[in-house]
Amino acid sequence: MTSIALKNVSKRYGAHEVIPGLDLEIEAGELVVFVGPSGCGKSTLLRLIAGLEDVSSGQLLIDGRDATRLPPAQRGLSMVFQSYALYPHMSVRDNIAFPLKMARRSKSVIERKVNDAARVLNLQEYLDRKPRELSGGQRQRVAIGRAIVREPVAFLFDEPLSNLDAALRVNMRMEIAGLHQQLGATMIYVTHDQVEAMTLADRIVVLNAGRVEQVGTPLELYRSPATLFVAGFIGSPRMNLLGGFEARQYGAATIGIRPEHVALSSSEGRWRGKVSLAEHLGSDTFVYVDVDGLGTITVRTTGDVDVRPGDSLWVTPEETCLHRFDEHGRAIRQGPPQRH
Amino acid sequence: MTARATDRQRKLAFTFVAWAVATLIFFPILWTVLTSFKTEADAVAIPPKFLFFDWTTDNYAEVWERTDYLRHFRNSVIISLGSSLIGLCIAIPAAWALAFSPTRRTRGVLMWMLSTKMLPAVGVLVPIYLLFKRAGLLDTRTGLVIVLMLSNLPIMVWMLFTYFKEIPRDILEAARMDGATPGRELLHILTPMALPGIASTLLLNVILAWNESFWTLNLTAASTGPLTAFIASFSAPEGLFYAKLSAASTLAIAPIVILGWLSQKQLVRGLTFGAVK
Repeated sequence: MTSIALKNVSKRYGAHEVIPGLDLEIEAGELVVFVGPSGCGKSTLLRLIAGLEDVSSGQLLIDGRDATRLPPAQRGLSMVFQSYALYPHMSVRDNIAFPLKMARRSKSVIERKVNDAARVLNLQEYLDRKPRELSGGQRQRVAIGRAIVREPVAFLFDEPLSNLDAALRVNMRMEIAGLHQQLGATMIYVTHDQVEAMTLADRIVVLNAGRVEQVGTPLELYRSPATLFVAGFIGSPRMNLLGGFEARQYGAATIGIRPEHVALSSSEGRWRGKVSLAEHLGSDTFVYVDVDGLGTITVRTTGDVDVRPGDSLWVTPEETCLHRFDEHGRAIRQGPPQRH
Repeated sequence: MTARATDRQRKLAFTFVAWAVATLIFFPILWTVLTSFKTEADAVAIPPKFLFFDWTTDNYAEVWERTDYLRHFRNSVIISLGSSLIGLCIAIPAAWALAFSPTRRTRGVLMWMLSTKMLPAVGVLVPIYLLFKRAGLLDTRTGLVIVLMLSNLPIMVWMLFTYFKEIPRDILEAARMDGATPGRELLHILTPMALPGIASTLLLNVILAWNESFWTLNLTAASTGPLTAFIASFSAPEGLFYAKLSAASTLAIAPIVILGWLSQKQLVRGLTFGAVK
């Protein structure tokens, strides 16, 4: 198991700075997810670690050894690409065997390892097929197979599930989680999907414009977002964010309240509004209430509630669950949120 | 109903135009082939005789007897295949570098390569002739292979560049992660993936080199002349013997027409690659 550390790593393309000096420690055996909107630099960061891009300044340590200038193959990392990046002219067997052939391993070793990987990933029946004869999920499994045969010190995943349909994505997500438990290897996983991040990660790194907004376990990020950006990014439906007078009452520039921490009532409450939309998911209901002067407040409530668009309702935030942010978007931690 | 009717009319019109253009292009070849089967008198008859004349194969017999067709044929094969194969060995790494390690000057380098094709060949005839004379390359197959390889190299690099551009970057990066050195990446990944493109490039350049007549006529004499020189040998001293000239031309173009016919699909794909997606 391998630790990876980034020390003041930056990446510039000409005058354009994609990643301004960034520090990060990834512990051995950890599954760390880089999450953020598109263009936040998460894929670039992964490619810097992989060695597919050169670091402009700073240092990359793999197991404490400087790997900043090592070519990709010598870093001992495996990568799974969004597009699978299988070799189209080779059979599944040859695809999986390719890294071993490049490492000039013996034929018997190659055969044994390819068969082991195929068994782990349920690919035995497909070993002689070409990638174009496989479904999306099977292709992704081949890509993972190619990554595991080398027994890399760490795995890098670059949005591996975003080309799959929703049902398959959930399955593959579980398979990757299972693989992590089975191999116990260090993994870095890039995604823009916060659900993927929340379900897979030991720790999440939220990135915005090349900067780390917050690092923490999924629940830490959910319960106490360090910045307004994290508050808005993590959680679905989004946290309700309010500014102006309501926020100033709590001594903040912005206050946030999760949809599940807002109570609905037909008779009394804090703010009165009109339901614009009600999404009945069975287990939950998401109610969107338009409140004059505040905008739309999202409320998450039980599945059996009977609400229709046009209904007039009261909404009340649970004060102990309020998040407060200053004018720079940083969370205010001191003291409980109290109305002045 | 009317929409379908106009659609059919349009289709008919297009078909008609396509046939007309194809006939126009094919007619000179057809006429040459027909003339090769006429007597010399029928060949110059006025009004021209289209199909109703005394068919004869005498011209072929005479051409075959008087010249060494097979020697010229062999020269053509060696020169066109040789120049195309050597060209590929240079063009593949060049196109690979241009396609996968682009710099600010890549576009410029490509344009510069193409611009050499815009220069009329006759402009460099004298210097090349003198160079060849000094190097002892006049009237040698080696000399022709070199000059045809160089003159077709820009086209090869361009064609391969457009093919390589189509190969997803991810796949090459995956190969690099898997431990492939640039050489093995080229050998195991890029070349097999671009094989259809490489085949089209080879084919087109064989045809171009086969048909090339400027350098072949100017730099060869009797012994190493390819089929173009073989045709020319019929036109110069005996300009009026159209039937024999046609027979010689037919013999010269037949192999390449057959090759082109058999590889039509590959050729069309090669020429329209990148244009149609």
